[in-house]
Amino acid sequence: MATESNNPPLLDVRNLRVEFPTRRGTLVAVDDVSFDIAPGEVLGVVGESGAGKSLTGNAIIGLLEPPGRIAGGEIHLEGRRIDNLPYEEMRKIRGARIGAIFQDPLTSLNPLYSVGRQLVETIRTHLPLSAGEARTRALDLLKEVGIPGAESRLDHYPHQFSGGMRQRVVIALALCAGPRLIVADEPTTALDVSIQAQIIALLKRLCREHGTAVMLVTHDMGVIAETADRVAVMYAGRIAEIGPVRDVVKHARHPYTKGLMGSIPNLGVRTERLTQIDGAMPRLTEIPAGCAFNPRCAERGSRCLVERPDLMPAGADKAACWLHDRGGVGRPLAKETIDA
Amino acid sequence: MPDGGGAQFVRLAGLKRYFDVSAPWLVRKIEGRPRQIVQAVDGIDIEIAKGETFSLVGESGCGKSTVARLVVGLYPPTAGTIEFDGNDMAGRRSRSDMAALRRRMQMIFQDPYASLNPRWRVFDIIAEPIRAFGLSTDKADLQKRVEDLLRQVKLTPADGRKYPHEFSGGQRQRVSIARALASQPEFLVCDEPTSALDVSVQAQILNLMVDLQRRFGLTYLFISHNLAVVYHISTRVGVMYLGRLVEVAPTETLFTRPKHPYTRMLLDTIPDLDMTGRQRSPVAGEVPSPLNPPSGCTFHPRCPFANDRCKIERPKALSIEGGTVACHAIAEGRLAVEERSYAANS
Amino acid sequence: MAARSGFSGWLHRASDSDVWWSFKSSPMTVTAAVATVLIVAIAFLSPVLAPHTPFDPATLNLIDGLKPPAMLSSDGDWTFPLGTDDQGRDVLSSIMYGTRLSLAVGFASVVVAMVLGIGLGLVSGYFGGTIDAVIMRIADVQLTFPAILVALLIDGIVRSTISVQRHDEIALFVIVGAIGLSFWVQYARTVRGSVMVEKNKEYVQAARVIGLSPLLIMVRHVLPNVTGPVLVIATINLGLAIITEATLSFLGVGLPPTEPSLGTLIRLGNEVLQSGDWWITVFPGATLAALVLAVNLLGDWLRDALNPKLR
Repeated sequence: MATESNNPPLLDVRNLRVEFPTRRGTLVAVDDVSFDIAPGEVLGVVGESGAGKSLTGNAIIGLLEPPGRIAGGEIHLEGRRIDNLPYEEMRKIRGARIGAIFQDPLTSLNPLYSVGRQLVETIRTHLPLSAGEARTRALDLLKEVGIPGAESRLDHYPHQFSGGMRQRVVIALALCAGPRLIVADEPTTALDVSIQAQIIALLKRLCREHGTAVMLVTHDMGVIAETADRVAVMYAGRIAEIGPVRDVVKHARHPYTKGLMGSIPNLGVRTERLTQIDGAMPRLTEIPAGCAFNPRCAERGSRCLVERPDLMPAGADKAACWLHDRGGVGRPLAKETIDA
Repeated sequence: MPDGGGAQFVRLAGLKRYFDVSAPWLVRKIEGRPRQIVQAVDGIDIEIAKGETFSLVGESGCGKSTVARLVVGLYPPTAGTIEFDGNDMAGRRSRSDMAALRRRMQMIFQDPYASLNPRWRVFDIIAEPIRAFGLSTDKADLQKRVEDLLRQVKLTPADGRKYPHEFSGGQRQRVSIARALASQPEFLVCDEPTSALDVSVQAQILNLMVDLQRRFGLTYLFISHNLAVVYHISTRVGVMYLGRLVEVAPTETLFTRPKHPYTRMLLDTIPDLDMTGRQRSPVAGEVPSPLNPPSGCTFHPRCPFANDRCKIERPKALSIEGGTVACHAIAEGRLAVEERSYAANS
Repeated sequence: MAARSGFSGWLHRASDSDVWWSFKSSPMTVTAAVATVLIVAIAFLSPVLAPHTPFDPATLNLIDGLKPPAMLSSDGDWTFPLGTDDQGRDVLSSIMYGTRLSLAVGFASVVVAMVLGIGLGLVSGYFGGTIDAVIMRIADVQLTFPAILVALLIDGIVRSTISVQRHDEIALFVIVGAIGLSFWVQYARTVRGSVMVEKNKEYVQAARVIGLSPLLIMVRHVLPNVTGPVLVIATINLGLAIITEATLSFLGVGLPPTEPSLGTLIRLGNEVLQSGDWWITVFPGATLAALVLAVNLLGDWLRDALNPKLR
């Protein structure tokens, strides 16, 4: 991927596999996912619900909810392997080296403590500062994330903030110890459109100023298009396509990405009908053999039914699709007639 | 379409709905707190022509969902009237006359996981309106009607035997649409029907709604916060802010020649998927609490064009370019209409 | 998953469900269920299974009086495996018939409490406002009286108004009513809470848009969705109701000696306990303990199985 440069990647995920043992057998929710993030880079991870994008993020920050577990692969942060660390070690890295922002700002904040106290505690956990210094830093952070009247807001409780302001506090909390990477899982989904734009602008500015890399997990292609440098499109637990955001958005190589882009209403032209991908993403229990997208794919061939494609170069991107292999998709096949 | 002969299909006039969210009487007296009234819908006028799709957009708390629920009669209005095909919905009439009116308007809900009774089979869910309105006399006819409905929403008759939990979100929304169509309505109120769905599924549902509209000549009141979706599906669009309608215009006009400063702000928030380099200019400030709305024009604290008059006097709706806009700056000619263009995606 | 119709489809879904799975994977629960089914089956088949008909005076012989359990004492008689009481009644048979009565009273009073509680809870939750306030205040008052006190009160009132003989005849109904009346509050509160959640869900609004009457909406839509918690309370209450009945009968205000339940048997045995004839009271007591324990274990499991938060 972007490893052509001499800089080692900040985050390196290799063949990550996340499993959920259930009584009906083991479900593979994330399957052979590899990508890296360079220092200061914003990688968007986009996909529909159940694609495994949030689980990938949770695996990186070490917060997979049991019974989910990492069943294979390695995660390296700044050259150090972090996927097999004991809980306490990982807890120190989380916060100090990796910050996390979740969809619902309310769940990230303790309702019983003032935001100032939460900031100070987090700062002092990770940095050797006195209480007074920590409070000064907390105040600076609140100002930085654009909370008006930060001095007086320091002693307010989470419920006294609006949704957008709360998300700003969460961002401040994630930035406390100056992490190198922020994993942001649907940070704007719960917010109104006008607030979304504010939060995205804030995230972009902070990353630019601090050189922090971001893994931005979202289902919203618009957010990705505006924010990310590169984007990984996930489908049924695997990466379908990964590449520079402009290439993926403008010249998608994987049929799924093409369909996804076409199904977003376009402000330029009013069409009677949107491009649609028939069917739905398979449940984890019913992932078809071969390429997981094949039952919904208009361009599939006989090879797609049996052989699972890995990421391969496709234009400026990489796509997991036999269309971009010299061997091709094999004998052409009609699309399965699924209930459209 | 809106000026087609004057006889409007659905007409909302001076519609208001206030909610009393005060603490219980005893608590209020002990703690000396005043009554608290939320003006969820504060006097709106909308006319919807037959066969068109009228959309209401706005941020959460602007009252758009309350309008939807007022129209189908889930809440009684605090003031104002709702006319449906010339009938005042509040008028006194017999049970059967009321049922006849209700049959002609149905609703599609936002959350496909909450809008279907989890204990019922899909067949019974879709059959319920048919049974309730007595549209089917015998079992064979009912069976046939439900199967037809399932096919119309691109499900199979065999799906009728399943329970809602056996379906994906998109399929559930299809069931929800089939139920809404079961009583052969002419007017559908759709409250954020795709906002809980993934984009590829959203496209399927929007296409389905367009197909059904064409086939049955349906009229839609479409509630959404997603401007791209609204642009795609609507004939005309109304923009709501804090319980009031700030601008109404034909879709193309609203998106290319927005007038109200709030409309412009909303348009600024649409993500730039085409990556034309258009800068999203995030607007400062947040929606004030509807418990204590600002005086005059409720948008004035966030409006870059507000003057003293805006702080005191509530602007009246002014007819302009086939629509209406409620803004002093536009009315006084202080603010020019803005031209916008969008790049067509390759 | 393919939808199958009819009973086989139901069986298929049931055997595939999470509830069944959680049942199978808990040996304690399986044991409790087997014990419950066994006790209930034996009790209700007692006219067939019991070696004697202890409450038919014609079959009793005082010579058989106070025989110790055969399996423990050489004085015993194998026609009376668990011994006899002072009247010569077979203790085993008495327990079987008594368990049947205890269970019947338990079930019946749970049904009374359920019908009353669910009805009031539905009305309270769906309509809210003044009706809700009135019902819930009555519930509050009801809760300040312990179940035993309510039962004693009702029993007392009935006794004061009708003759002793008539009272014995209707004792069963009095005790069922008394226990039922003291347990309804829990159902009403639970149902009310669930209804207040359910009635704001969109499927109920969809039914309102169709124009269904509140009664139809409550019965067809809301009620089926609040049965889970009700079932849990009912199971746990069954144990409580059986205990309450036993307590009342022990105190002598429950079922008469002519129709003894487990509680009555324990009381009768207690009277002769001092003279060393322990089996008359210990065996019914052990049966009662086993029954209530088994039912309670089932109730606990059901509560956990139906609560998605604990899964």
